[in-house]
Order: sequence, then C-alpha cells, then structure tokens
Amino acid sequence: MAQARDELTVWIGGAAGDGIASAGESFSKACTRAGYHVFAYNSYQSVIRGGHVCMHVRIGRQKVWTHGDTCNYLIALNQDTFKRYAKKVTPGGAVFYNTDKFKASASDVGPDVQLIGLPVMELVGNQLMQNTALMGAFLGAVGLDPTKMRELIQERFTKKGEAVIKANVDAFDKGIDFANTKAKPAGVRIGASDGKPRLLGSGNAIVGFGAVAAGCQFYAAYPMTPASSILHWLAQYGPKAGMLVKQAEDEIAVINMTVGAAHAGVRAMCGTSGGGFALMTEGIGEAGMTETPIVILEAQRGGPSTGLPTKTEQADLFQVLGASQGDFPKIVLAPCTLPECFTLTIRAFNLADRYQCPVIIMSDLYLAERNETLEGLEIRNIPIDRGPLLTQWNGAAYHRYEDTPTGVSPRAIPGTEGAVHVAATDEHDEDGILISDVFSNPPARVKIMSKRMRKIEHALKELPPPQLEGPADAELTLVGWGSTYSVLREAMDALNREGLSVNLLAPRVLAPFQGEAVGKLLAGTKITLAVEANYTGQLARLIRMETGFAIRHHLHKFDGEPFEPRQVIDHARTILKTKPKEPVIVIAVSDEGLPPDFSPIASPALGAETARQH
Amino acid sequence: MAEVKEFAGKIKPDWCPGCGDYGVLNALQRALADLDIAPHNVLVVSGIGCSSNLPGFINAYGFHGLHGRSLPVAAGARLANHGLTVLVTGGDGDGYGIGVGHFVHTCRRNINMTYIVMDNQIYGLTTGQASPTTEKDIRTKSTPEGTIEIPLNPIALALTCGATYVARGFSGENLQLANLLKGAIEHKGFSLVDVFSPCVTYNKHNTYPWFRERVYKLEDERHDPSDFRLAMEKAFEWGARIPIGLFYKVERPTYEDEDPTLRSGIPLVKQPAGRANLAEIMQDFM
Repeated sequence: MAQARDELTVWIGGAAGDGIASAGESFSKACTRAGYHVFAYNSYQSVIRGGHVCMHVRIGRQKVWTHGDTCNYLIALNQDTFKRYAKKVTPGGAVFYNTDKFKASASDVGPDVQLIGLPVMELVGNQLMQNTALMGAFLGAVGLDPTKMRELIQERFTKKGEAVIKANVDAFDKGIDFANTKAKPAGVRIGASDGKPRLLGSGNAIVGFGAVAAGCQFYAAYPMTPASSILHWLAQYGPKAGMLVKQAEDEIAVINMTVGAAHAGVRAMCGTSGGGFALMTEGIGEAGMTETPIVILEAQRGGPSTGLPTKTEQADLFQVLGASQGDFPKIVLAPCTLPECFTLTIRAFNLADRYQCPVIIMSDLYLAERNETLEGLEIRNIPIDRGPLLTQWNGAAYHRYEDTPTGVSPRAIPGTEGAVHVAATDEHDEDGILISDVFSNPPARVKIMSKRMRKIEHALKELPPPQLEGPADAELTLVGWGSTYSVLREAMDALNREGLSVNLLAPRVLAPFQGEAVGKLLAGTKITLAVEANYTGQLARLIRMETGFAIRHHLHKFDGEPFEPRQVIDHARTILKTKPKEPVIVIAVSDEGLPPDFSPIASPALGAETARQH
Repeated sequence: MAEVKEFAGKIKPDWCPGCGDYGVLNALQRALADLDIAPHNVLVVSGIGCSSNLPGFINAYGFHGLHGRSLPVAAGARLANHGLTVLVTGGDGDGYGIGVGHFVHTCRRNINMTYIVMDNQIYGLTTGQASPTTEKDIRTKSTPEGTIEIPLNPIALALTCGATYVARGFSGENLQLANLLKGAIEHKGFSLVDVFSPCVTYNKHNTYPWFRERVYKLEDERHDPSDFRLAMEKAFEWGARIPIGLFYKVERPTYEDEDPTLRSGIPLVKQPAGRANLAEIMQDFM
C-alpha cells in the first residue's frame, strides 16, 4: 500500500441537477466529523439543469487554506466532466465513473491512474443514485472510513422515509464493495486524522450566524448570487432566534426597510451582491445622513453589470468606498477567513451602533460559498455594544443630533416619551430641523457636517490595526484582501517551507483606511507583490492613494475562477529569484479552456496603466 | 380625547399660501387627537416633495427619507415596532412615480399602516413638471405641448394590488377627510387615503373650484364599501362627477398577524435581542 499523505483532493463533476453539491457537501461534512480539515469550492454556471458543475473537495490532516490546484481523484458523473478533467488526475489517483453513461480507456488518463467504472444500473438498479454509488466506490478505493458518510446519507434523506434511506445506503455500500472487490487499492491515501470535532460552514452561513449572535433582529434581502445563501440560511434559522427575515421587491426596498427597522431600534442588516448594492447606494447615504446604524453584506461576483453571476471577483471595492453622494462616515470591513466572517460581523453591528453609521462587510463568491472546516467559534460572552441608544428620556430638551465631542449623539427611538424628533435626509440642525430650505446657513451646515465626520476620527482609534503575518523582515511581502487571503496564506507557508522568506499584509479595514499604520508597515518591506482578483488592482490603488506607497509588482486575475496557490507561488518565486528591475504585472488565468497560444503576460493596456502608477 | 394642538409641530409649514396640504395636516392632527394617540407613539415617514415636508410640521416622531422610498422605511419601522402608529405621507410624484413599485408591493403586504398621498397632479417642489396623475393633454414645464401619457389611477391600482382600505379625500372637505383618516388609522391593515390637494402655484387646471364643481361623497350615495366590484367601478368614475370617500374596506390578516416573529403580539424591539440558542444553531455546522 502507498504511503499515507497529509492531504488529498477529489473533484466531483457533472451537470447541474446531478446532485453534485449535495454529494460534495455530505462528503465534506463526513470528513469534518471524522476529524479532517476540509476546503470545498464549487465551480458552477448560471444554469439550473444541465451545464457543468465541478465541486473541488480537498481534505487534510492539517488546515487546508484553499481548494488547491491538484486533482487526485475524479468522480465523473458524465462524459463532459471526464473529458475536461481525466488527464488532470495525478499518478496514484483514479477516475470513478458510470459505465452505463460512457466508455473510457487507459489512454484517456495519465500513467498510474486507475479507471474504476461502475455498472450503476446493474449494481444499484437506479441511475439517480449514481452519485451515491460512485462516492461509495471512491471511499472504498482510498480506504476512508465510511461510517460518517453513511450517517450523512441517513440525515440527508430523513424526511424521505426509511425506504429511500435504505436504497441510498445500499447504493453507497455497493459502491464500496465494488471498489474492494473489482479495483486495486488506490495509491493516494490520507493518514489518520486527529479526530477532533470541528465545524464546517460557508462564509455566508457564518456571517448569518454572526448576525444572529450579534442579536440582529431584522434581515432583508432580494435574491442575488452569491448573497442568496445567507437569505436561505437566515430564513431557516433567523426566526428561531427572534430575527424577522424579509424578502422585498428590490434592493432599494431592502435597504430602506433595513434603515426603517434600525431607526425603530432593532439591529438590522441586509445582504446583496454588486448589482443589488448599486441599487442600494442612495440608501447607504440615507443611513449616513440620518445616522442610522445598519450593516450591509456585499458578496462580490464577477462584474461589470450582470457580469459573471456565479463567478468570483474583487472588483467592487471602489463602488463600496464611493457608495452614495456626499461625504459621510462609513465603515468597510473585509473578513479574510471564516472565523473572521463571524467576529467581524459581530463587530460590524457594534461599530454601527457606536458610530451610528452604515457598516459594510465585503465578501466575494469564493469566501461566501466555500465550505471550510473551522475550529469552534466562541459563542459565550459575545460582546454587544449598542452605543448611546435611549429607550427612556429624562424630560430635558432632547436634541437628536447633539454636537458632542465624539460626534456621536444619544439616539432615542420612536416610542420614547419626551424625545420626539424628525430624522431627515435633508441637511438639518442638532434638533433634526431642516436647514435645507433655509436661504443659506453656512455655520449650521459646517457644525453638523463636522459633527458627523468627527465620528470617523474616533472610530479609527478603535478599529483593529493592520498586521504583517509571517517573518517581519521577509524578502517579499504579499498584499491582498478578502478571499484572496487564504491563497496568499497557503502560498506564503509553501514558499517559506522552500526556504524563501515571504510575509503577508491583508488589511481587514478598508474604510476609514488606516493609512498611517498601513504606510508604516509597507515602508519596512523589501519587495511587494499585490495579488487581487480584479483587473485594475483596486486595493493597490487605494493603498497608494491613502499612503503614497506604490506596490511594486502585481498579479491579477479576473477570469471568474479563484486564484490557485500554484499561480501565486510560481510568480512570487520568480520575482524572488530574478529580482526584476521594472515592475512586473501578470494576469493569472485558470487553464480550463485556455487557448493553447495564450501567453500569461500582462495585456499592453494593463501594463501601460500600471506603468503610469510608478 | 386629546387636543388638536398637542400635535402642532415646532415648525410653521412653509407651503405656499392656499396649498391643499394645510387642509391635510389639519385633518390629520384632528384625526390623531380624536383617536387619543400619544404623539410619541406616532411615527410619520415621508419621502421628498412639498407634502413630504409634513413630518416637520406635526408633533410626532418623523423620518424624512429619500424620494420615493417612504413605504419601505415605514414597513421596516412598523415590522420592528408594531406598537407604533405608522403613517406615511407624500405626494403623487413620490408615491406613484418614483416609488410606485414599493406602493404595489406594500398594498400586497397588508402591513398595518396608513398611506396619505397629497395628490396635486403635478411636481410642485421641482417647479411644475407633469406627474403620474397629471391628466392627458395638460401643459406643464416638461410637457409644453400637453401630456401624452394617460394618468395613473391610484384607487384602482390600490384595489388590484390588495390594499384593504382604499379612500379618497379632498382637502377642501376637511371634516370628511379627518373621518377618512381616522378610519384608515383604526383599520387593521394597509390603508391608502389619496387626497386631492390642489397646488395653487403650478396646477392651474385641477383647482379648488374645479374639484368643488365635480366631487361628490360616496357616503351620500350609500356606496357599499364592502363591494369590491362596485369599488372598482367607482374608481374609474372621472369627469363631470368624481367620487370622494371610502371606496373599499375589507378585513384580512395583516403581515404582523402572520410573521412568525410577530405572532406573539410583542413588538420586535421589545423582544429580548440575542436570546438565540447559539449552541443549538451551531449544530448546523457539525
């Protein structure tokens, strides 16, 4: 038997509707329960039935940061998947497929790759269970304990009754049997896990859980990929936690309902993607002007416009930073990991209440929809700070927008006796009385504007400071944000294991930008490489704008698929070894469907653009 | 019964002398006083426009929001605290133009709140452009050769979208208007009170005398407001005779009655927040 490794990756591919997501999720959960670390990424298209879907599930004995770039095993539910990926399967691996669907021969795969074809109809008598039977064969061949997977199959079909459960468990067991009797043991095997119980969640579900933990009582949304799954999760769990979940007619209604609910005194949140956020824009300014605390999740997808609905990108940074006309306090947070999806969501609510302003959490498809193992979350002693919120008033004259040293004014909610006032989107004075219709009132305008803007200076002092991760005096500093963090983290670890010296900077706070602290960190670096899933390098531009520091080299990706660790590792290694004198700008592209003559060098336009930056 | 003056706001209205909106404000203050509602338990939400300035002129909590977005703000506030009396005020441009999508869906939702539209058939605050209720062939600043589009019918629209209390008032008939508003506030569900509120500056066509010659009261003709088909028929009556009064009223469970978090009757804002059993929910991730 082959030597056990620290990790293995299986790709499960087929058409939408083949049950790939459910099989992949059950397998991910089974592995998590068995004590392995899991990272699952589903690459799919905007088609309900048919089309192509491929779920990448990587399991490890230690933390796995990404879905990786290796395919040890392929479960091909149709010929399309087989044709696309069979050659990618690494030596010692295997391809599992249904011989009723297509024929395969040894020349279709690389050396030392086993073809394990199951006659599904003959074996289980129902083509609908091919995913379950093939999954069984996979577990059998790689020698993974099937107990947890069996448990998951039972849980998944509980509502469908005993007969369905039994049929599926039988199909699964027959798959295992088939592998044990008809196939050779597979070569790529994973060693024993530590057996420690952990959690498995998606970025969206963990943000939703964070909102529940923060005592959020109102969530509104309009369906939009990749933010919809937070609506689904909260629709299921929210009401159990006293949260009212409302699907509205459009994102304009969504943001305005959220503002209304927050104005009435409950913690309120909404979620969307870039297109929906564009519609919400005016409402963000409404929250800023009326000083209403709200939290908005912006899960980015490929743009512009309708763009790539089911693909990932990080190109909405400037849209979010610039959302709504005028200057007003706004806080933008970008969690990098699943645990941060939890802690920063809770923090977002506290910041919103403390500074009475909109707080935006930026995520993207790769963070929102990945399923990843995480250590237990701290759910005791959740810090809740509602800021100066009043439900009673002492009878003195009440000024809603009182000019205080911090700029934050005590906020009475409707229903409070003695504190009647109007919250207005027109410019107003400390009492909330409109000054917009006055002929001209420069002093009042300057006073109230300064009061609002002052809040952000105070917020800056309490926001978590940016940090360099990895060796302080590294030769190369990787810079990125959001979901790209996990790729950079894996790349940094791999490069440092090679004996190179790399560290990482990923700001979690994007507004108000901690320019002084970020600038100081960057001033101490040697070579810098920004890695971003967008065309123009939006974070690098923001950093230059806020700190004057121009990041030297750039790696961009805007093909819809997330970065693969190899792409970052190879590029970073090249930079470290060749120490290029001129700035290097490279576009990474996933090799799926790549034209053979594609040259992964910067486009002339991008080169010219970035050259102007230096 | 409370005094009308309890609802007098800190600010004197700055509407044009003779504006129909004065009559609406008076009728609303009278209705609230008659219903003996404490000012601090009232939230008046508005959008943008002359009539949307009303929250500043009444003693009650107010939210003066964005153009056309008053209904979703009000819905959010009411769902967060259904102990409040929630009123929404605005004009025809705000509610039937830029905000008409929200109007359609708010009718459908039947959240218990009252929407008062001061319908002057013109854009006033932006100095006289055609509005969604401007009649055909009317010359305005934006339609110098006359409007080409036919006007929207707010009463018929509200009826088809499921509003459960649909009325029309005239600011020149203050007593009837106060009664219609009282009925709307007391009604359990979403109420629309569309009010002819003449713009004396920019609408030289639909003037007080124009309305006085034409309006008649539905109650005077023993209209049965429980009859949907009849209400629809009356909604399309326009020309020599124009009906004002209560077109339609029906009891239907409100959104608050059916939402799982509000069924208990306790307003969300009064329910303890963060009482979730996190350990139990976390099982979902295991």
